[in-house]
Amino acid sequence: MTASRVLPPVAFGIAVLAAWEVLVVVAGVPAFLLPAPTAIAAQIGAQFDVLVSTAAVTGGNALVGLVAGFVLGVVLALLAAGSRLVSDVLTPVVLAASAVPIVALAPVFTTMFGSTTEIPRRLVVTLVVVVPVFVSTARGLRQVQPVHAELMSSLAATPWQHARFVRLPGAVPFVMTGLRLAAPAAVIAAVVAEYFGGLQNGLGSRISSAAANTAYARAWAFVAASIALGLLFHLAGLLAERLLTRGRTT
Amino acid sequence: MSAVSLHGVDKRFGEVHALDGIELTVDSGEFVSLIGPSGCGKSTLLRVVADLEQPSAGTVAVGGKAPRQARLDQEYGIAFQQAGLLEWRTVTENVELPLHVHGMSKARRRARAAELLELVGLTEFAGSRPSELSGGMQQRVAIARALAPSPRLLLMDEPFGALDEMTRERMQAELLRIARETGAAVLFVTHSIPEAVVLSDRVVVMSPRPGRITDIVGGRRPGGGDPTDDPTDLAPDDIEDVRESGTFFAAITAVREALRKGHG
Amino acid sequence: MRSRTPLAAVAGFALLVALWELVKLLVPADGVSVGGTRVLPRTDDAAMPHVWTVLARLGDPEVAGAAAARPVGVAVASGALFTLGLALGGLVLGGLLGVVLALVMHRVGLVERAVLPYVVASQTVPLIAIAPLVAGWGGKIAIAGWAWQPWASVMVISSYLAFFPVAVGMLRGLTSPARADVELFRAMAAGWWTTLVRLRLPAAVPHLLPAVRLAAAAAVVGAIVAEISTGTTGGIGRLIISYAQSATGDPSRMYAAILGAAVLGLVAAAAVGALDVGLRRYRGSVR
Repeated sequence: MTASRVLPPVAFGIAVLAAWEVLVVVAGVPAFLLPAPTAIAAQIGAQFDVLVSTAAVTGGNALVGLVAGFVLGVVLALLAAGSRLVSDVLTPVVLAASAVPIVALAPVFTTMFGSTTEIPRRLVVTLVVVVPVFVSTARGLRQVQPVHAELMSSLAATPWQHARFVRLPGAVPFVMTGLRLAAPAAVIAAVVAEYFGGLQNGLGSRISSAAANTAYARAWAFVAASIALGLLFHLAGLLAERLLTRGRTT
Repeated sequence: MSAVSLHGVDKRFGEVHALDGIELTVDSGEFVSLIGPSGCGKSTLLRVVADLEQPSAGTVAVGGKAPRQARLDQEYGIAFQQAGLLEWRTVTENVELPLHVHGMSKARRRARAAELLELVGLTEFAGSRPSELSGGMQQRVAIARALAPSPRLLLMDEPFGALDEMTRERMQAELLRIARETGAAVLFVTHSIPEAVVLSDRVVVMSPRPGRITDIVGGRRPGGGDPTDDPTDLAPDDIEDVRESGTFFAAITAVREALRKGHG
Repeated sequence: MRSRTPLAAVAGFALLVALWELVKLLVPADGVSVGGTRVLPRTDDAAMPHVWTVLARLGDPEVAGAAAARPVGVAVASGALFTLGLALGGLVLGGLLGVVLALVMHRVGLVERAVLPYVVASQTVPLIAIAPLVAGWGGKIAIAGWAWQPWASVMVISSYLAFFPVAVGMLRGLTSPARADVELFRAMAAGWWTTLVRLRLPAAVPHLLPAVRLAAAAAVVGAIVAEISTGTTGGIGRLIISYAQSATGDPSRMYAAILGAAVLGLVAAAAVGALDVGLRRYRGSVR
């Protein structure tokens, strides 16, 4: 981390914040368009306890959905790797799911499970997470280096040994890449799912209710909390990936 | 009993005639190189012996057994151009892999791996990950892995092809010493004339389209390999003398001429 | 990732339908609750209508009994088209800006070092969270005499979601040519522009296409979410919410609208797929 790498983004960030502040205060940009950073910061200070508790609710939903979706994605990918038929049937459905706006299913789950539980949001997060985890894991399980395949067959290894010694450990970096991609997506899905109704106790609900009450600085404070939560999940995913793929070149 | 014997072996990939009427015997403890231009079928020949390809016609025996049985019984060890180490396993665990696959107890395979790492001079890297090793060291681990089940035959497909010349010459001396210490026969594919000559008792020269044996030239020991000769007649440090000897250059010339003849 | 036969894909979707009907058949009407938490869904006709009921609803009038009302299918289709238009508009706008930013970042190293960390980080944070805030613009500002329309807010949200993946993918693509290729162009005394047009742009295609695919999906989600939070009428997102509010009495209408949203996502993906086919020559292998 040299100064030439750290300095430009930091300087740029400060410059943007300063320009933003000056623009809002001097040019009198109305608050509904963009509140001043200082106003947002003041709201963050004033609302700190609420921010933490709402972030905990949204973060909890994201975490539960992330774990469930991760397990489901890996299991489905293993099934697909084990059987050509399962793969042929499953892959188009998952690929279609990647193009479909999954968050729009939030009202469906709310109708099915009731609007007084967290389950609908968690299900939305689960489905959003399944897609990248499945795609990445399936790719990892398919990509066996030819030299490793030849080695295992020269060792007269059984298919199970081939999976145990080469395919499964070889897929670990791909599984972790899937998790890293899915972690921030889980937060995004958890926040957005709240826009579709249901319980009003998370960050997304607070943003829309603050915006509806024209408390724009407060809404931006909750946006800032969502961003912090997203970064937290991203960094946790990155850390998990680094830890589990140490000493590997790929 | 011979380590490998091939009679009338043919191999076709659709229209491509990869091997045509191959007759070859490798005696136990003998070092034989296969050399020839790209597409001459030398790697295919090795893979037929390893039971990674089935011959279209002819008979193959490895240690007196059918290739499939020989593979199941781990009669041979194999090393490829890429070391092909599993990067999530330590050096020791990579060497242990063949023993692990065949269900040897952990204590016994640890002991055997330690022995082999000693043999290839990598004891101090036992706990390292492959990514921490140089290319030459990785290839030494691959050779140790090939030797793990104490095979009577070592199959090598251009194992030093990706190494620089200095490392390569050092690895050749190492390999010769290891082959002698273990008494294993070696079938070695290469496209380097000096490498084939310096290592081998006999150099098998092949030509492409269809792949066939055009000549067999004696290697560092003039007159070809006679298994009754004392295999320790050449001390490992003598290999540097061999590189500068007259017989070495004579053998190189002989192989080069055979290759040219096969092409013409 | 291509399925061997379209038949298997059809079987996949048929299995989904079968799973839905099976759950409806086997799970009790009021679901299954463990310790006060419902772990299996309610399966009565109000919560999980039959698949065929939903499909049949597409042909019925939007408001039951009203003779003049248009069928639900027409409402859903026109809503989906409206949203598709906004999403594609956002994709084009955001995509072009993303390409421009990538070119600037590539040309000026300082800009890359200053901006790239933010662009990369932006993909990991819920930017879409600000959608309800852009909603406030509607009817309150005017640019050069043109009053800001609610649908413009939707397009803005859609475009900035599409913008970031394209910028990242394009920059990665521009830097993807091998050193040897770049040095060959330098040896031929080719300028920045020639190198860009003849080497870097073609090489960027394999990186750009997956980015555009991501961006298209993001633009669709962005448009739907933005419609909901801005209260823009006319699109599929708003339709889902307004149908959901009366879901207890008429559940299949909401399901029909969500089906429309799914088809919309697939159509947008297919549009990108067409681009993919058009640029096949440059696809090559991603280094």
